[in-house]
Formats: sequence, structure tokens, C-alpha cells
Amino acid sequence: MTLSGMKTVVGMTAMALALGAGAAQAKDTVEVAFIGPLSGGVAANGLGGRNSAELAVALRNQDPDAKYHYELLVLDDECKPNIGVQVATKAAADRDVIAAVTHYCSAVAMATADVYHRFKLPAVVWGAVLPDVTYGNEYPEVHRVNGTMINQNETAAQFMTEQGYKKWVVIHDTTDYGKGHNEHFSKFVTESGGEILETFGVASDQQDFTAELTQAKALAPDVIYFGGLSPLGVRLRRQMEKLGIEAQFEGTSGIVSDAYLQGLGDLAEGSLAFIEGAPLAKLPGGQFFKEQYEAAGYTDPAEAYGPFAFAAMGLVLDTIEAVGPDRGKVIDALGNTEGKDSIVGEITFDDHGQNVVALITKYVAQDGEWLVWDDSEYASGQRSLVNVQ
Amino acid sequence: MDIGLLGQYVINGLMLGMMYALVAVGFTLFFGVLNVIQFSHGDVLMVGSFVGYTAILALAAIGIDNPIIELLGALLASVGVVALLGALIARYLVLPLRSSPPLNTLLITLMLGTVLRESVRLFFPDGSNPKRFPALLPDEAFTFGSFTLRVDSLMLLIAGLLLIVALHLVINRTRLGLAIRAVAQDEETAMTMGINFRLVVLVTFAIGSGVAAFAGVMNGLYYNEINFGNGLLLGVIGFAAAIIGGLGSIYGAILGGFLFAALQTIGSVALPFASAYKDVFAFAVVIVLMAWRPTGLIAERTSERV
Repeated sequence: MTLSGMKTVVGMTAMALALGAGAAQAKDTVEVAFIGPLSGGVAANGLGGRNSAELAVALRNQDPDAKYHYELLVLDDECKPNIGVQVATKAAADRDVIAAVTHYCSAVAMATADVYHRFKLPAVVWGAVLPDVTYGNEYPEVHRVNGTMINQNETAAQFMTEQGYKKWVVIHDTTDYGKGHNEHFSKFVTESGGEILETFGVASDQQDFTAELTQAKALAPDVIYFGGLSPLGVRLRRQMEKLGIEAQFEGTSGIVSDAYLQGLGDLAEGSLAFIEGAPLAKLPGGQFFKEQYEAAGYTDPAEAYGPFAFAAMGLVLDTIEAVGPDRGKVIDALGNTEGKDSIVGEITFDDHGQNVVALITKYVAQDGEWLVWDDSEYASGQRSLVNVQ
Repeated sequence: MDIGLLGQYVINGLMLGMMYALVAVGFTLFFGVLNVIQFSHGDVLMVGSFVGYTAILALAAIGIDNPIIELLGALLASVGVVALLGALIARYLVLPLRSSPPLNTLLITLMLGTVLRESVRLFFPDGSNPKRFPALLPDEAFTFGSFTLRVDSLMLLIAGLLLIVALHLVINRTRLGLAIRAVAQDEETAMTMGINFRLVVLVTFAIGSGVAAFAGVMNGLYYNEINFGNGLLLGVIGFAAAIIGGLGSIYGAILGGFLFAALQTIGSVALPFASAYKDVFAFAVVIVLMAWRPTGLIAERTSERV
């Protein structure tokens, strides 16, 4: 670098610093919260969400047009309802916190809805898919940017019966999340002519499934449907192989993660799953998000729900920008969200605060990656699923 | 129920039982020599499986991909490191608290378990995700109707059995075993007979933890998956198995391990409720058994704790 070039850089840096300092002084600080599972079995998803929400805040703080300087309060709900209620209360009781982007685990989102209502803290759910989180109450405080498992399972049941599958064994964890999936999938699949041979509810931290799977094997189903999250999905799929069960493995949004693929290696091949939203590359702002996430240098992947956390935080910040840091006004403004652009597509809340733009994408694991079904060699006929009729 | 299916349940149950038994043996050994409960034992097992996993990765990194060498490497590293860890726990956490109430030891080891678990999660690369444990054993399987017997499961069962036999021989046929039994029976008399009490305690903790490490690697090989939370439930079940067998009795612990696995299998197969309740069922039976035989199924022959 030449001397004059050097001078220019130094000069510009000084100017930027001065501007930055000036801007920081002029802006009020507003606090927002992010809550997700940062430890425990699904921590990978929580960390991805945390990073994405943090990214949204950082980008906003870099924006010279933003009216406020935002600070992020990050809390860990451990994917446990009791811990979730504690940290939700902590955030909600803190009057400096104007709004929160909350929860990946449905059981936790269910337990904390009352807290947000009681303390009148606007909350936007970024990952939990149980319908009751928004539909099970009349709380104006609770919103959700991602779709619900109703839409997910409707698409799943329709797709699977179109492939010619007829007989299912359902294994689900006994949290609200797993039970909800079981309920909705069983309903839709029976309606489309499928048959559920047997349903097993299992503990969400169970290690050994050989007893359940041995029973399942005797029933010879076409498909084993699993309603639960990655850690359990990895074990279940692995033990299916060990017991020599020849059935298609069908999961839910809970297994669409890198953790599932890495935990299984080659064995993940051909697993199916369905998820709300579209893949990053196909989202309106996916490329932008991907670039920013990479530029920020996060070591953990954003995982499937990272973009939703980013969009939820973006929506919260936009709303605060528009109506000011006042919980009541933010709740009203959020409730009226309609046709709002975000990186996960348009956001329109219905009267329960549920985003009605339900875009469901079908995924299949191919060569160690979650591929959109239509782009996969399974759809083009080069590879085939297990037991396809 | 057809016979093949029954056989499948039995094999599944035996595999589970073997792992529980190996964990329970550790609890019972520690209780035998020191009258303490080492509650981080399950997490020590989990550390064992991660050490084994790391050893395999390290061997693969230097270009060794022979499964036999990898397996031996994993076992040696795991048992060695974890035996040392066990001895360190005894030396720095358990022995210094000897004169304080046993509750303190229980609490401090309970906390140590959390430290171990969270450390693996936080400091092991990508430690919060399940890890794929390589399948190092032959993956052939014999299928007879609805019964599938995998060679690797059979090998693991035999290995577990051999370890139990070896442990039996060490305890009953060697001078070390004699010393362990002497300390377990009466520590003061043992010391007056010239037995190095501290050394016996350290070695016992090393042996018990080494056995847990073996079970950890076995767990990894059987499920081909390890995660930082593996040890928690295994620890609780191992402890329950040791209690129903009779804390202090090695054979009781082994019996307790298999019994617990049998209860879980029955709970998920033969009873008319969701298999999620199998642990509820198994632990409820444990409660009943404890009410019936408070000192366990095989009580220690000499009981001075009256």
C-alpha cells in the first residue's frame, strides 16, 4: 500500500469512528431478548437460532438509519418447560426488554405463553411448530413466524400416500411436540387412505428402541414415521438398521438438521422430512442471509430454523422502529402485520398471531445433505425410496 | 408370540442388561470399599465413550484404518484414561471427604457428573450433537425368520461376559482381590494386617471406572452413536441395579442389571400401555423390590451397618 493510500484508509477509519461514536450517542438503547435451547440435546438448533437473531440485531445496529441502538439479551431455555418459564419470567419481568424472539421447543413455547401474556411482553416464536402455541390461547402477545405441524403433516400425508405407501408404524416422543405430530399425521394419513398399524410413544431421552422396533418389525410396515427431534431420530434410524428393518424412514421438521446427517453418515440416505418454509437458497432473502451469516464468522451452522429466528428478530426490530419501544404499541402493531417482506417470505399474522403463509418443503437426505425433494435423484427416478410400491 | 420374536427380545434385553450390569458393578465396588456412592459414575462412562471415540479419530488421522487396531486403541485409551480419572476422583474428591457425612460425597460426585457432562458438551468439538461411533465389528447378521442375530451384538455380549469373569477372578483369586475384600469387610483390621488402604481404594476406583469405560465403548459400538447425555440415565439405572442386587455385592449388581433390563423389556412389550412408561414400570418394580428386600436380593454376607 502506498503512503497516500495508507493516509486515506487512516482518514476514513477515523471518520467512520467519529461518525459511529456520534451515532451511538444520539441513539437510545432498546433491549430485546432471544430465548432458545442453548444447551441440552437440541442445542445445535438453539445456537443456530441465537446466532441468527444476534446477526439481525448486529445488522440493525450497523444501519445508520435505525432510530435505536439494540441490545440482545440471550437466555437458555434448555428445551425444558420449567427452565423456559424461569427465563421467560426473567425476560418478561425486566421492563427494559421490549420484545422477545422465543423458543424452538414446542413444550417450552406452550409453557411460557402464559408468562408473556401475564407480563404483556410481545413474543415472536421462531421455531416451535405445535399449533396450540398460537391457536391454544387468545393471547395477543404471542406470535409465530414459522408454520405449524398441521400444515406440515397434511403435506407429508398427501405426499407419502401419493408415493404408494399404505402401512405405517408411528413412533413419537411423548412431549407435546411428538404427540402433536402423531395426532395430526395419523389423522391426515388415515384420511388419505393409509393405515396406522401401531403407535409407540417413547421418552424423549430414550437410548434403546430395540423393544419397540422389534414389535414394529413383526408388523412389517412400509414406513416408520418418527415424530421427534434429531438426537432420537439418529438413534432410531440406527437401531432400525441393526434390527434389519426394511422400511422407509419418514421424519418431521425436527430431524432436518446437520446433526441428523452427521450422526448417521451413510445411513441418513433416503430419509424423508417435511418442514415449514423453503430452503435458504429458495427463500427470497436466503442468499443475503447465507452471506451475512458466513461473513459474521459463526462456527455453528444456522440450522433449519436460523432464518426464522432472523426473520422474527427482524420483524420485532422493524416494529419497534415503527412504533417506538413500548410493549403495548409493539403488541398492537405486531398483531396487524400483513404482507410483511422477510427472508422467509411474506409474513401475515391471523387473529391468533399465526403466520398464515404456510410454505411446506419436502426434503430427502441424499449424499449427506438435505435436498429439496424436487431437486433430488429420488424425484427424478435415479434412486428410489424403500418399499416404494 | 412367535419364538423368533421372543428370541429377539431376549437378545435385546441381554445386551441392555450387560451394560447396566457393568455400570452397577462400579457402584457396588465403590460402596464396598468406602461405603460411598459415586454418583458421577454414569458420566464417567460417557467420558469413556468419548475418549474411545477420540482415539479412533486420532488413529484414523494418522492413517490407521484397521478395525482391530482401532478397536484395541479405543479400548486401551478409554479404559486407561478413565481408570486414571476414577483414581483421581477417589484421591481428590472422595478420600478427603471420608470423615464427613456420606451425603457430602454423594453431592460432590453428583456435581462432578454435571461438570463432566457439560464439559464434553462445551469443549468437545460440536459436542452438543450426537456423534457417530464407527462400526468396528463385523456387521454380518444371521436371520432365522423374525429373529436377527448380529455378529457384533454377540461379540459384545461375549466380551462383557469375559470381563465379568475376569473381574470375578481378580476379586476372588488374586492378592489384590483379597485386599479389596478385606478392606470392604473391615477397613481397620485390614490396615492392621498391613494392607495399604489408600492404594486399595485408588485401585478399586480405577478398576470400577475402567469397567465403566469398557461399557462406554461397548455402548458406542452397539448403538453406533454417543452423546454427552448418555451417562445420566445409565448412571441412575446402574445405581438402581446395584441397589436391588444388594449394594456391595458384585453378583447382586450383575443380577440387578439384567433384572432391570428384563423389566424394561417386559414394560415395553408385554404390558398394555405406551412403551414410554417402561421406565416408570421398571422403577416402580424396583421400589417394590426394595420394600420387600431392603438390603437387596443378594445382601452382603457381613453387615456391620446396623
